[in-house]
Order: sequence, then C-alpha cells, then structure tokens
Amino acid sequence: MAKFSEMGRRTGAALAVCGAVALASGCATRGDNPKDPYEGFNRAMFSVNEGVDKVVTKPLATAYDKVVPLPAKAGVGNFFGNVGDFWIGINNGLQGKGGDSAEDFARLLINSTVGIFGLFDVASEMGLEKHEEDFGQTVARWGWAESDYLFWPVIGPRTVRDTGGWLVDIYSDPLAWGIESIPVRNSTWALRFVDVRSGLLPADKVVEEAAFDKYSYIRDAYIQRRRSLIHDGHPPRQLEED
Amino acid sequence: MKKLFAFLLACLVAAPVLADEAPDALVKRVSEEVLDIVRKDKEVQSGNTKKVLELVDAKVLPHFNFQHMTALAVGKDWRRATPQQQQQLTQEFKILLVRTYSNALTSYRDQTIRYKPVKLNADDTEAIVRTEVLQPGNKPTQLDYTLEKLDSGWKVYDVTVAGISLVTNYRETFAQEVRNGGIDGLIQSIANKNKSLETNPPKAEKK
Repeated sequence: MAKFSEMGRRTGAALAVCGAVALASGCATRGDNPKDPYEGFNRAMFSVNEGVDKVVTKPLATAYDKVVPLPAKAGVGNFFGNVGDFWIGINNGLQGKGGDSAEDFARLLINSTVGIFGLFDVASEMGLEKHEEDFGQTVARWGWAESDYLFWPVIGPRTVRDTGGWLVDIYSDPLAWGIESIPVRNSTWALRFVDVRSGLLPADKVVEEAAFDKYSYIRDAYIQRRRSLIHDGHPPRQLEED
Repeated sequence: MKKLFAFLLACLVAAPVLADEAPDALVKRVSEEVLDIVRKDKEVQSGNTKKVLELVDAKVLPHFNFQHMTALAVGKDWRRATPQQQQQLTQEFKILLVRTYSNALTSYRDQTIRYKPVKLNADDTEAIVRTEVLQPGNKPTQLDYTLEKLDSGWKVYDVTVAGISLVTNYRETFAQEVRNGGIDGLIQSIANKNKSLETNPPKAEKK
C-alpha cells in the first residue's frame, strides 16, 4: 500500500507541474479547433515529447526492435497482453458486455496456464478474440462521449476523460499492485513502455510522409482511433457534411 | 489459332465476371496479388519508390474512386470548389495518398491478412470489407475498406487503419488550409507537400 501512495504522489506532482504549465501557456492561446481548446499547451507538450522521443525513447525502441529476436519480442508482447486481459475483462463487465468479459477471463485463464504465464497467446489460436478496453472507454460508454484533447509528454495523446481513465488504469493494473519489489516493477513498466513504442515504429514513417502538420495529424488520428475503440470498431459513419 | 480463340473466349467470360466481383472477393484478390509481389520483389522490399508506385498504379488504383475520396477528405468546402478545382484537388490528393499507401506497403513482409466475409443484399451499393493484418508478436491491425458500387464495378473510397481513416484524417488540416488560403491555397499546399516528398524522399530509415 505504501508504494501505491508513493506512486500516486509522484504522478500527482507531475500532473500538477503540467497543469501549472497549462495555466501559464496553454489557456492564454485558445485555438480555433473546438476539439482542441488547449492547443497552445498541447503543442508545447508535443514538442517536448518529440524531443524526448528523438533522444531517448525512439533509439531505445529501435535498438530493442533490432537486437531482440522475434520469438522473444512476441513473448514479451503476449505477456503484457495477457496481464492486460484482466483489466480489459473488468472494463467489459463495467460496460455491460458480459460475453466479451467472459471471453477476456477465459483468455486470461488459458494463456496464464497453457500459454505458460502468458508468453504464448494460445487463446487467440483457439478463436477467443482479444479486445481492447480501458477505463476511459468505460466512462465514455457511461455517457461522457466527447472530451477535450490533451497531449502529455511521454504518455502522449489523451483527452481530459482519457487522462483520468489512464490514471485509473495504471492503479488497477496487476503490474502495479501485483509486484512487490519496486525495482522489478519499474523495470517491468519500462520494458512494456519500450515494447509499446517499438510496435509504433512502422507508423513513424507513414506519419512523417502523410502529415502536413504532425501535431494535428496525430491529434485527429487519436480522436478517430478512440471513437472507433469506444464503439468496438463500429463507429457511426461520418458523412461528407459534418 | 485455337489458343487465341480460347484466350478471346476467356476474356469475354472474365470481363463481366470481374465487373460483378463481390467487394470482399475483390479486396481479397487484389490484396493477395499485391502482397505476393511485395513478398517476392526485393526491390520493392528495400523501398524502391518508383517500383512500388508502378505496382500500386497497375494493381490497386483501378479499384479506387479518388474523386469520392477527395470529396470526403475536403468535406464541406468540396461543394464550393469549381469542377476544375475539384479536378486539381483530386489529382494532387491522389499523388499524396498513393505515396503514403505505397510506403506502408513496403513494410509488409511477414504479415498475413485475414479477410472477413461481407453479408450483402442484392441491391446494396455500399459495403465495408473488414480485414485484419496479422503479424507475429503484435496485436492484429484492423484494415477496413469502404466501397461503393458504380457501373464499372465496386470502388474503394475510404481506407481505415486501426479505426483511423487515411482520408478523413485530413479533414481538419484541409479545412484549416481553406480558411487560410481558399480552395486554391489548399491545392497549392497539397502540391507543395507532394513536391517536397518528391525532392526529399523519406529520411526516416537512414541509419
């Protein structure tokens, strides 16, 4: 429990600093995009993040991608995917999707045992579909559908709703409360971070080429992506006129 | 002579069949043909832009409706554009999209695609073909094609990757460009973007 509150204080402090910066820089310059009222702040954070990514994150992820052989990378990805199924199952339950939730827990059970601590995704091969849920999506289902866009250094694009959701996610994560040793916990989180970033490497080039303005391309992609996730891949169609 | 006759007959039979090809069958056939070439062709894999563009031009473009794609990307302002502006917009946007799409293609190697069948009524004129790109060690990526039925067969007018439309993702940017410089300003800025991609090809993977 002690490490909990310690983590909370640290994240809280980080967010407070960001909030102060937001007040100082962002709110003064309201953009003209209704979905992105904190554009000034967001753009500042975006360029901070670009810097961190260029110097630290991307080189790490690239090295990881080059050095680690494919079966090991697959094992790492599957392991984190399996741990994630626990919280995904709970969120599907909270959204009233009992069938999906049951499927998530069946996946967890099968992959943790037959799949050897989740290193192999046996459940997918058996036809149990992997879902993608988080607390932000659950809150969206409960009625908070639209939320203002925010960009954070390191954790990247979110909305106000999804920032809150993300905080709930990291506290509910088995890798937060399930690991006693703090060094082990921190290394695990670092590995997951690198794993996630390396999965995004192929998208980098596409974004570089496709975007007129990288910031707004990523923003609009994030908003679309969340909309799709909230509706489980079947969002209502957007027509020419809106 | 017999061979020629057989060939002509085959063409006669094949043409109407292809025009009537169901949207999911079309997506599957074209994707597999293209992937087959990508997997075999070392030049394509190493990112030879010219070769990739040729491949996409020959195999993929005939099945796309770029006019509709561009209208979708431009949104409200599309109807304010003159026919000539619409044509220019389509021309430039096509170059941009083809380039982006082609570059995504060159990274395909170990991937396989799972196609989901489409339930279609006889009088449907729209269809979404859902596919999943599977790669070892990664979550499957959703890749969906939205098609419409024209006289010339089914044509794709939207491509969605992981829920993100490669087309409508431009809408905010394009609307901003139109606010800044009108329709002609938008045409100009897409043309400039294309030119800069032409002169400094992707600097990403140099190391």
